[in-house]
Amino acid sequence: MRETFVDETTRLLDEDPRLALVLAEISAGSFDKALAGHPERAINVGIREQLMIGVAGGLAMTGLRPIAHSYATFLVDRAYEQIKLDLGHQGVGAILVSVGASYDGSTAGYTHMSPMDVRLLQTLPDWHLRVPGHADEVRRLLREAVREDGNVYIRLSTKVNAEAHEDGEIVKRGTGPRIVAVGPMLDPVLEAVQGLDFEVVYANTAPEDETGVITVVPYLEGAHRNSIGVKRVDLHRYGSPKDHARWHGLDPASIRERILS
Amino acid sequence: MLLDSLLTRLTGDEKHAPSAYSTLDVLWVLYDRVLDVSPDRIDDPERDRFLLSKGHGPAAYYAVLAAKGFIPEDWLDDMAGPDSPLGHHPDRLRIPGVEISSGSLGHGLGLATGTALGLRAQGYTKPRVYVLVGDAELDEGSNHEAIAFLGASYIDSVTVIVVDNRSASYAWPGGLQSAFTVHGWTTSTVDGRDHEAIHQGIAAARPGRPHAVIARVEGEVQ
Repeated sequence: MRETFVDETTRLLDEDPRLALVLAEISAGSFDKALAGHPERAINVGIREQLMIGVAGGLAMTGLRPIAHSYATFLVDRAYEQIKLDLGHQGVGAILVSVGASYDGSTAGYTHMSPMDVRLLQTLPDWHLRVPGHADEVRRLLREAVREDGNVYIRLSTKVNAEAHEDGEIVKRGTGPRIVAVGPMLDPVLEAVQGLDFEVVYANTAPEDETGVITVVPYLEGAHRNSIGVKRVDLHRYGSPKDHARWHGLDPASIRERILS
Repeated sequence: MLLDSLLTRLTGDEKHAPSAYSTLDVLWVLYDRVLDVSPDRIDDPERDRFLLSKGHGPAAYYAVLAAKGFIPEDWLDDMAGPDSPLGHHPDRLRIPGVEISSGSLGHGLGLATGTALGLRAQGYTKPRVYVLVGDAELDEGSNHEAIAFLGASYIDSVTVIVVDNRSASYAWPGGLQSAFTVHGWTTSTVDGRDHEAIHQGIAAARPGRPHAVIARVEGEVQ
């Protein structure tokens, strides 16, 4: 997903004179072509996340459409007040694109994890969440976000589904309860409901709460009524993302157990 | 003086001389002599930007905006009332001519950096970006992210005016200006009550480097 994001953003910077990119060192190496090709609109501010968001706000105030990008924990958690005040409160918008979703950076430990990013943004008015589950979805979500003026959060992950899907697509029909799988949670959910008569719907964004619907999300649970997601705990453990999925009850076997309970 | 009566309308307090407002003289010099902006050009991309980063104690700002015709004078009579566009911290979505909504300290310089970069990217080479901060506001680390980046990037369209009323608990051992000069800024230290000196300090900006004016004032309430 990260490579697709870099490729697509680099292409969009060539196409759209209104687009800007702000980095805080993370991914600056991958964006070398964009930084060299568009030094006026593609800016690396150094390891300064508060400034990255402030700059995005200032760029938007002059009429540009900024993308700011870093690890979720540095982009959202660290710069939360800048996101609150330098974007929405000023009446301007930006696209925030994160990597390091939830426990993607498991071997790096809790300092590099942010399962709480989505919940933090949900405390703010008028943020639009986009969670791709496949690299091919990144291109579409990014292009749509660039065309808008509002505040959009695109949450990239190293955890992907085998195939790309459309937002709202019914992936598995069934007469039983409906499960909404957000982004990379689709494949684990499909495996979890094998042999069960559940209906599985795919979503790139946080769906509206519906009675009787179970939502499985790749971020901190509790964002939706009846949601299954990452638990609010600092495990102080390393291991692989797969290990963390198991520890948080997000592997297929645990999901099956949780939806049947 | 017009500002006297406007300030009295804001505060209902005739005892406070204009000198009670630490930012008043700097604001007046900016709007009267420096800024290329007017009430009929508040959306002109070629206008100069003034960002009040130190958003608390905005009475002097509102008085100057009223004196210069950006807002009606009668807005001053109901500051922070339920229907008033004027609060104890300014809101850019409510007040014509106000460039940023501020109040939480340390946000103006980051926004100014993005504004300067955005103007340059779109070929607007004329507008300058002025930011007013307080000396105690410089405690906030976010300012130093911006000060270091602006210096290292040689962005010369930004001028910061620090209204220094010694309100910070900890002084800068190398002098307040050293926070800027270490990052390659030029600085001027002036009497923050002397209009000619303030104007000269602002005019001392030179191509190639961002500029900071330390405007020293004494015994302030705000």
